[in-house]
Amino acid sequence: MDKPVLEVNHLKKYFKTPAGQLHAVDDVSFAIEKGHTLGVVGESGCGKTTLGRTILRLIEPTSGEIYFNGEDITKLKKDNMKAIRRKMQLIFQDPYASLNPRMSVSEIIKEPMIVNKMCSSKKELDEKVKELMELVGLAPRLVNTYPHEMDGGRRQRVGIARALATNPEFIVCDEPVSALDVSIQAQILNLMMDLQEKKQLSYLFITHDLSVVKHISTEIAVMYLGQCVEKAPTEELFAHPRHPYTKALLSAIPVIDISQRGKKPELLTGEVNSPVNPVSYCRFYSRCKYACDKCKEHSYELKEISPGHFSACHMNFTGEIE
Amino acid sequence: MLNDVSFSLNNGETLGLVGETGAGKTTTALAIMRLLPKRTGFITGGEIEFAEEGNLLEKNEEIMKAIRGHRISMIFQDPMTSLNPVIRVGEQIKESFEVHMPDLSDAEMEKKVDEILEMVGIPASRKREYPHQFSGGMKQRVVIAMALSCEPELLIADEPTTALDVTIQAQVLNMMNELKKKLGTSMILITHDLGIVSQNCEKVAVMYAGSIIESGTAEEIFTKDKHHPYTVGLFGSIPDLNKVTDRLSPIDGLMPDPMDLPDGCVFHPRCPKCMEICKTKVPETVSLGGEHLVKCHLFGGGEIDG
Repeated sequence: MDKPVLEVNHLKKYFKTPAGQLHAVDDVSFAIEKGHTLGVVGESGCGKTTLGRTILRLIEPTSGEIYFNGEDITKLKKDNMKAIRRKMQLIFQDPYASLNPRMSVSEIIKEPMIVNKMCSSKKELDEKVKELMELVGLAPRLVNTYPHEMDGGRRQRVGIARALATNPEFIVCDEPVSALDVSIQAQILNLMMDLQEKKQLSYLFITHDLSVVKHISTEIAVMYLGQCVEKAPTEELFAHPRHPYTKALLSAIPVIDISQRGKKPELLTGEVNSPVNPVSYCRFYSRCKYACDKCKEHSYELKEISPGHFSACHMNFTGEIE
Repeated sequence: MLNDVSFSLNNGETLGLVGETGAGKTTTALAIMRLLPKRTGFITGGEIEFAEEGNLLEKNEEIMKAIRGHRISMIFQDPMTSLNPVIRVGEQIKESFEVHMPDLSDAEMEKKVDEILEMVGIPASRKREYPHQFSGGMKQRVVIAMALSCEPELLIADEPTTALDVTIQAQVLNMMNELKKKLGTSMILITHDLGIVSQNCEKVAVMYAGSIIESGTAEEIFTKDKHHPYTVGLFGSIPDLNKVTDRLSPIDGLMPDPMDLPDGCVFHPRCPKCMEICKTKVPETVSLGGEHLVKCHLFGGGEIDG
C-alpha cells in the first residue's frame, strides 16, 4: 500500500456560538492515497464544507492532526504553511462567486503562479496559462474574457485551471458540480477524472449528490452532524450500506427506473438536529427507526465491521443490523 | 422564449416537465398562470384550455385573480424567498382564504389554517411563528400548504424540492403525492431531476430551448428505445446508481442563446446525429405510437430508424 498523501486523525472543529458549542467537525479520521478520491456525503449543515476548509487550515482546527505527505501541517508556521498550500488546492462550489469579476481569465489563472513566484518571466507565465487552458478544455480565444461573459461550465473550468496552476497533489473539491446543469455537470466530471489520471491527483470530493459521488469516488465517507458515521469503498457502501442513516439516505434518492415506482422509500421522520451542544450518544438516535435504550450507552466510535468497511452504529458491531 | 408548446393533462394526473436551466420550464408555468411580466412577456398565439373555463388567455385580470390560487395554484422553487419574512406563517396561509373565500368567518378561517398545517405535518401551534423559525423543509411545507389551501384543481410545482436535502425531499414528495391522491389534484411538476420524474409522474415532457422536443407517458419515455437525441444525451449525463460507467457521455456544447436560436432544429449544433435537413428545416412533431411524440427529423415519416 502506498503511503497516503493525506491522513487526518481525530480532527475536530468547534465553533463558539451564543447558544453553546457548535460541533461542526467532530472526531473525523481518514486517509487518502495518491490518485484516489474520497467522497464526503451528507446533508446540508453536517460539516462537509468545514471539514474541507479545516484540512487546508483555512479554518484552524480545534484539535487533531493532519498529515500531508507525512508532515503534520497543524503545527506549521504561517510561512511554511504557504509553501504547503501550493500542493493543496480548493475548487469551489459556486463558479459565479469564486472568480473575481474584474479579472480576466488569464489574470485569474496567473495569480496563484505570481503569488507563489513560480515563473521567472512574463513569457513563461503566458505559456503556462495557455497550457492550463488547453488542459481544462478552454478555447485560447477566451484568454481575455471576463467571468460574466462565460457560462457556468466554462467558469468552473477556469476555477479548475486556477487550482491546477500551482501543480497541486491534493485538491479539495467543494460541491464543484452542484451549481451546474446535468449535461454540463457530466462534462466537468469527465474533465476532473481525466485530470486525476493524467496528474495522479488526490481528491477530497464534497457533495450531497450520491450519484455523482458514486461515479467519481474510490471511497466514501458519510457524515451526519459533524461525525463520520460510515466509511467504505464505493462499491461496498452502495451494495451493503450498514449504518441506518446511510440506508435511509440511499433509499431516499429517486432512481431513474420506472419499475421501482410506488416503492416506498425508508422515510426518515423529523429533521437534522442542531449541531449545537449535541447529545453524547448517537446523534442520529432521534430519527433512527432502530433506536433502542442501548444506543444511549455507547459513545461515538467508528469501528471496522468488515475489511475496509467502518460504521459507527453499535448494532452493526454486534450484527443486529445487517 | 417558448415556441409551440402543447400538452394536455387529465384529472388527477401528474405531468413532469423536464429540462435544463433556460429550457423554458418556468416560463411555461408562468404563461399558464398568466403571470408573465407585462412589458416583456407576450403570448403571441395559442390557447390554454382549463377545465370548463375555456381559454385562459381570453380571461380578464379579474377572472384570472379568482382562478389563481384558488383553482390553479403554484409552488415556487425557493421556499426561503417565497414567504414574507415579517408576517406570521399562519397569517400568510390565511390570506388565500381571505381572498378566495371571503364569506367565511374569522374563526372558520383560523380553523382551516390549523387543518391545512396539520395536513402537511406541522403542528398548528406553530402558526404564530415567523418563517425564519422554520427549517427549509418546513418552509417548503408551508408553501405547499398555502398552494393547497383552496383545494385547487391544478397545482403547478416549480422545482419544489430542489432546495432541499434528499431525505427531506423524499418526505415532501411523499406528502405531495398523498395529498394529490386525497384531493384529486392534477399536477405539473417542473424539475431537472429525471429520478423524481420517473418515480412521481404519469406523463413526461422534455423541454429544450423553449420547445417540447419529446413527450409521452412515463413508460414510453423511460422504457422505449426510440428517443430524441437530446433525451438520450440527458440520460447519458447522469451517473447511474445501478451501473458502473467509466465515463459519462455528456452532450457537447452549450444551450443556445434564446435571443439567437439556431435555424432549423434548435438542437442541431449539439446533436450527434445531425443531418443536412436539420440545419434548415424545423422538424415536425412525429408520433411514435401511443402518446409518444418526438420533434426530430430522425423519425420523419418513419423512414429512418433512430
